[in-house]
Amino acid sequence: MELKQATAGTMESGDIMIQIAPCEKEGLNIDLQSSVAYQFGDQIRKVIVETLEGLGITRAEVHATDKGALDCTIRARVTAAAVRATGKDVWKD
Amino acid sequence: MKRLRRTMMFVPGNNPGMMQDAYIYHPDSIMLDLEDSVTMAEKDAARLLVYNALKTIDYGTTEMVVRINPLNTPYGKKDIEAVVKAGVDVIRMPKTETAEEVIEVEREIEKVEQELGCVGRTQIMAALESTLGVVNAYAIATASKRMMGIALGAEDYCANLKTQRSPEGMELLMARQTIVVAARAAGIDALDTVYSNLNDMETFRKEVELIHQLGFDGKSIINPRQIEIINEVFTPTQKAIDKALAVIAAIKEAEKKGSGVIAVNGKMVDRPVVIRAQRVIDLALASGVIKQEDIA
Amino acid sequence: MSTLNERHTLAEQVAQAMGKSVYNNVEAHKDITPRLELQQKSPKLMTLEEAIRHSGLKDGMTISFHHHFRGGDKVVNMVVDKLAEMGFKNLHLAASSLQDVHEPLIEHIRNGVITEISTSGLRGELAKEISHGLMEKPVVFRSHGGRGEAIASGELHIDVAFLGASSSDPLGNACGYSRSENAKSICGSLGYALPDAHYADKVVILTDDLVPYPNTPNSISEHDVDYVVEVESVGDSSKIASGAIRDTKNPRDILLAQQAAKVIVNSGYFKNGFSIQTGSGGASLAAVKYIRQSMIDQDIKASFALGGITAHMVKMHEEGLIERLIDVQSFDKVAAESLKNDSKHKEVSACEYASMNEQGAATHYLDIVILSALEVDVNFNVNVLVGSDGIIRGAIGGHPDTAEDSALSIIVCPLLRGRIPCVVNEVTTLITPGRTVDVVVTEYGIAVNPARPEIAERLKAAGLKIVTLEELRDRALSVIGNPAPLPFGDKVVGVVMNRDGSVMDVIKNIVE
Repeated sequence: MELKQATAGTMESGDIMIQIAPCEKEGLNIDLQSSVAYQFGDQIRKVIVETLEGLGITRAEVHATDKGALDCTIRARVTAAAVRATGKDVWKD
Repeated sequence: MKRLRRTMMFVPGNNPGMMQDAYIYHPDSIMLDLEDSVTMAEKDAARLLVYNALKTIDYGTTEMVVRINPLNTPYGKKDIEAVVKAGVDVIRMPKTETAEEVIEVEREIEKVEQELGCVGRTQIMAALESTLGVVNAYAIATASKRMMGIALGAEDYCANLKTQRSPEGMELLMARQTIVVAARAAGIDALDTVYSNLNDMETFRKEVELIHQLGFDGKSIINPRQIEIINEVFTPTQKAIDKALAVIAAIKEAEKKGSGVIAVNGKMVDRPVVIRAQRVIDLALASGVIKQEDIA
Repeated sequence: MSTLNERHTLAEQVAQAMGKSVYNNVEAHKDITPRLELQQKSPKLMTLEEAIRHSGLKDGMTISFHHHFRGGDKVVNMVVDKLAEMGFKNLHLAASSLQDVHEPLIEHIRNGVITEISTSGLRGELAKEISHGLMEKPVVFRSHGGRGEAIASGELHIDVAFLGASSSDPLGNACGYSRSENAKSICGSLGYALPDAHYADKVVILTDDLVPYPNTPNSISEHDVDYVVEVESVGDSSKIASGAIRDTKNPRDILLAQQAAKVIVNSGYFKNGFSIQTGSGGASLAAVKYIRQSMIDQDIKASFALGGITAHMVKMHEEGLIERLIDVQSFDKVAAESLKNDSKHKEVSACEYASMNEQGAATHYLDIVILSALEVDVNFNVNVLVGSDGIIRGAIGGHPDTAEDSALSIIVCPLLRGRIPCVVNEVTTLITPGRTVDVVVTEYGIAVNPARPEIAERLKAAGLKIVTLEELRDRALSVIGNPAPLPFGDKVVGVVMNRDGSVMDVIKNIVE
């Protein structure tokens, strides 16, 4: 899928900032900074991957700066960044 | 028990931390906002955030309301699709001026509900924020069977009136009374406008006492600190509770006897008294001054 | 035989028998300097470097500090910089607590100036480095009462104490405030410095307001002081009421404080003459604000408030709602000023505050304490020292002392901080044992220790929502998901001492 660079989310507590960019390499390359990396790093990566794959994005560079966001927030922010990156909304026009 | 709507707490739709925490303050309703508190550039992200929050976060029995953007903006339709799919209880329409606007929103809701197979699930409430809206209050209140309430939005309304808000609120009296009367005539709830100066709890309390006396069901609020004061003002007095308990006991007594006549201390009780008694009991239960087992 | 001369021979005989000499009435000059001049100086007055040299400090010895300036402290960094410059090595730094501002200690540890630390807490970068294994020897953590006791018993022997004071005369009569016009700083109580002043071999007072003798009433007595050093600044008072002890505007903290107030009012201990303490943390500090109205309505007055004294407590004291204030640490400027001006606002040392073996320790007379927590586990054990990420980020403070000694201990903590759960299966580090914890207040309900069924009954009767800690833990997990286990290594980086001198728990290093 054609991608341009896009960002969604904030750096506030309870939120996550997701930046999606086109990628030379195969697959989803995720760089995660998190205040809860020890306990939830793997889970956060898993949610990012599942959300992107659900939207048909399988090749991208993802920078995530997490401030303790819950899974539902991560899903929302990843979707928002993906929608902005692809220009394809999840809602009807 | 009829749902109480003493407090409807605004939560900005693009702030996940606040959306997560809103439940702990136990407002009667939580209103996630996609309209004024979200910038144009963030409408898409906020919509997704609200959608995911509604689907995931356990808000218990709290009524979940989303304030959408008007249908004449590029966001309104998508807002409706997202929140109906997420299973919202109530869609709050901002700046409503005519019954036709309600009907349009209803049509959009129904489209999504049909797709989901849950027609009729979503309720509507309308905020009246202009003189035209207030003048059309009854028409709006009765525009759809989904209507659950009408609310006053005082800031825009005052600008429209060419005045500004005063601590006493004389300028809002007509609008408030119109809204309560229209809501009552339509059999739906009436909600008052927000009070935004958090540093003046005294004036806030006076305003709550006023709208309580005017007959409002509750008030929109912007901060959890306002909840306690509203609940206090809306908590019935012990005298009112005792009287209401006597009425409820009399109803049960009459039911037991199979009699249609309800009497307290030998005096017949008519329907308005029964309705008022039930509301007093609901409020007393909600504020914890009586418990379910106190009702004989 | 009754003139002086006639008695001289006899006096000589008596003196000889006693092994003494006879008074020699030489023409000694009296010092006739106007005393106003003398009041400005003393042989104790010198530079920091001179004081260090005179103190006889050697490599491997123990130096101590107090933390009454909290985040604004300047003494620790100033003194340790000087010690490093003078070439000292292998020192044991025994502070009453350490803060974010003590980050420069990291370099001094790397360079071998400091090789051992005892403290109540650690925060910021220093805490992070130590959690990752910066030091060879584990940091020894003690509660405030435990530290006082360890100093008094000699278990923690201090060679030289460096104590910052907001005023001192040249003899070392020192206070945490100043009555002069040149006052530069104020921290109020010097409670945590008093055991050091009393028991350390040598005591150096550092002050930024050297006032003429006599600086009375004094907190530290000249009797305990060996050297007095005038410095530019001992601390920034504006930073005292920050971090863990700021006044909260956070609605969740306010909600927790209101719930805690309801627990207090309905606990059975809310009676005329009760006593109360609030620990650090926004919600626990604020709780006292919300019992005020109930005190007025029910005509209940407290006999004393203890501990970290705050502006709220001072206000209630001045209103007549709290008779006396017992102050081991002033949590803000209002409290510090009150200590200076009000004779019913009493300063106590850490020993008189919370030492286990001090019969008159104020905590023994405490009805209710409200405390915060980083974690509470399902057995009511509390952790206030190590974050759920395994990084040290707090202080023991008086937590275990007051929980154990009070008649009713109430913990207030949110169920979740972001994605971090505060009610857990097992605490990351054990600080306050569950048997001493009575009530846990969260925004999702109140848990009562099964050992206190009468409290649960009273709270239920008052319409409060009582839940179990297991329910709270499950609720937290349902929101955040299951946290992965922490990557601990095998090195012990911290030892938690119980106040009776036994080892309570150890803290392991965290590995990336």
